[in-house]
Amino acid sequence: MTTIAPARVALRPGTEELVFLGRSLRHSLRNAEALTMSILLPVMLMLLFTTVFGGAIDSTGGYVDYVVPGIILLCAGFGAASTAVDVATDMENGIMDRFRTMPIRSWAVLTGHVVASLVRNLVASVVVVGVGLLVGFRPNATPLEWMGALGIVALYILAITYLFAAIGLAAKSPAAANGYGFILLFLPYLSSAFVPVDTMPEWLRWISDHQPITPVIETIRGLLMGTELGTRPLWALAWIALILAISITWGAILFRRKAGRR
Amino acid sequence: MTPAIDVRSVRKSFGGTAVLADLDLTVERGTVFALLGPNGAGKTTLINILSTLVRPDSGTASVDGHDVVRESLAVRRSIGLTGQSAAVDGVLTGAENIRMMARLSGLSPRQAKAREVDLLERFGLDDAGRKRAATYSGGMRRRLDLALSLVVTPSVLFLDEPTTGLDTRSRLALWDVIRSLRDEGTTVFLTTQYLEEADQLADRIAVLDRGVIVAQGTADELKRRTGGEVVELRGDADELLEEIPTDGTLSGLRRAIDELDARYDDGAVTLRKPSLDDVFLTLTGSADTSADKKELVRK
Ligand SMILES: Nc1ncnc2c1ncn2[C@@H]1O[C@H](COP(=O)(O)OP(=O)(O)OP(=O)(O)O)[C@@H](O)[C@H]1O
Ligand SMILES: [Mg+2]
Repeated sequence: MTTIAPARVALRPGTEELVFLGRSLRHSLRNAEALTMSILLPVMLMLLFTTVFGGAIDSTGGYVDYVVPGIILLCAGFGAASTAVDVATDMENGIMDRFRTMPIRSWAVLTGHVVASLVRNLVASVVVVGVGLLVGFRPNATPLEWMGALGIVALYILAITYLFAAIGLAAKSPAAANGYGFILLFLPYLSSAFVPVDTMPEWLRWISDHQPITPVIETIRGLLMGTELGTRPLWALAWIALILAISITWGAILFRRKAGRR
Repeated sequence: MTPAIDVRSVRKSFGGTAVLADLDLTVERGTVFALLGPNGAGKTTLINILSTLVRPDSGTASVDGHDVVRESLAVRRSIGLTGQSAAVDGVLTGAENIRMMARLSGLSPRQAKAREVDLLERFGLDDAGRKRAATYSGGMRRRLDLALSLVVTPSVLFLDEPTTGLDTRSRLALWDVIRSLRDEGTTVFLTTQYLEEADQLADRIAVLDRGVIVAQGTADELKRRTGGEVVELRGDADELLEEIPTDGTLSGLRRAIDELDARYDDGAVTLRKPSLDDVFLTLTGSADTSADKKELVRK
């Protein structure tokens, strides 16, 4: 070689995470289909709900104030679902074997996908809020309340992204991972995302009240629109913590089985 | 000094079928070691065990003095691997692949960039460096894969059929790389289906067949083991009409020549030493044709 190859050097803490985040962000930027989906879909849903359905649900035009938090979470679900496919694709890819023979924490590959999903979805959320503001969304939040809302959205995205990462590890193939992902995407429809729960039949209302998305949405609504918060933030945080704990544990077990030594 | 690779009584089965049966193997430091064997012999399985991807069922193996099971992290610090199937990131460009591996090996961004330039040139990928690896031809992907295992100099390098799919120029270039690595002290453990490659490169050769090492030694030792000279009959245009391996005795040689005399009117007889191909076919028992010929000669 023109210059002698250097010897391997011990990694500084966090190097793997940083390198794999860079890799996953590059992957995101180069997946044109997923990228347009994650920006275009939120915009389309936003316009659909406010202009098409909005008039029927609330003819005063105030529906946009109600629905923005719901759309943020719906889109976060779509955006995070692609993590399952990314992870399943990596598990099939020979590059994983290369990582496994290197003195690195290969779990950081997943961290890279998860943080990239967080970045993608936060950008999508900003787009949703931006389009919302254009079509009449008028939140009355203080900067501190905005921060709180952002925090809870970020935590929610993180939790379901880890869940989708675990699903990607459990799936036999990227196509299967894609399929499982869709099941979870119906949850927002069965919550207070698009219509208040007290308009629902009794049994649906029970489901809606006892699933994670309703307290998360109500917390965001409370912070941005000043609706009653009550114990909702606590429930939201508890649900998020539970989903995170289950997903990470399940993911770690699956990862050991798939990427550990056979 | 401990050997670079030390394998003792390693066994591995998949689903009840023994793939490696009680394998022993030693590779000295700073040498090139070639493992030959027919498809399914267990070559890749052995490399997977030595590179910490697969756990042996029993027995011990150490690489660079570290146990592959108990000290896998230390082993991973010592090795580089280009496996049989591609291990590159198709979404990234060749250059990005190299930089990613360099950063994961602890190099600074500037060093990583230097490695990128150097390795792309070394493996004839300068023009393709900015293209996504998924768009590469098979041979280009192979070269990138090889470059990735040389981002830092490993003390033991595993190459599983490294030249499969490479054109002649790339193959010769890789041979040069392997030789210069060895000269700098790296131990190279490679598998190959090209016996000429083993002949050219390897200090020692082992032949693996159905999970057992059936022969081991230098190329010359192995050739000698197979027995005597091969009688070749060539036509006017120097094309090979027939070749008959002999047992090396005078009467064996005479029978071979009589045999040729009876079947051909004319042609030039030459005598050559057995090649590694002869060794391989004889040792691995899949040598139907040469075994038949042997029969003929002994009659
Ligand atoms: N993960 C696995 N599960 C089941 N069987 C396996 C597995 N890996 C290898 N084998 C079997 O082990 C045997 C040896 O395979 P291996 O890949 O080590 O052969 P090889 O010598 O590298 O062959 P080739 O020259 O074709 O690369 C084969 O019969 C193969 O089917
Ligand atoms: Mg093989």
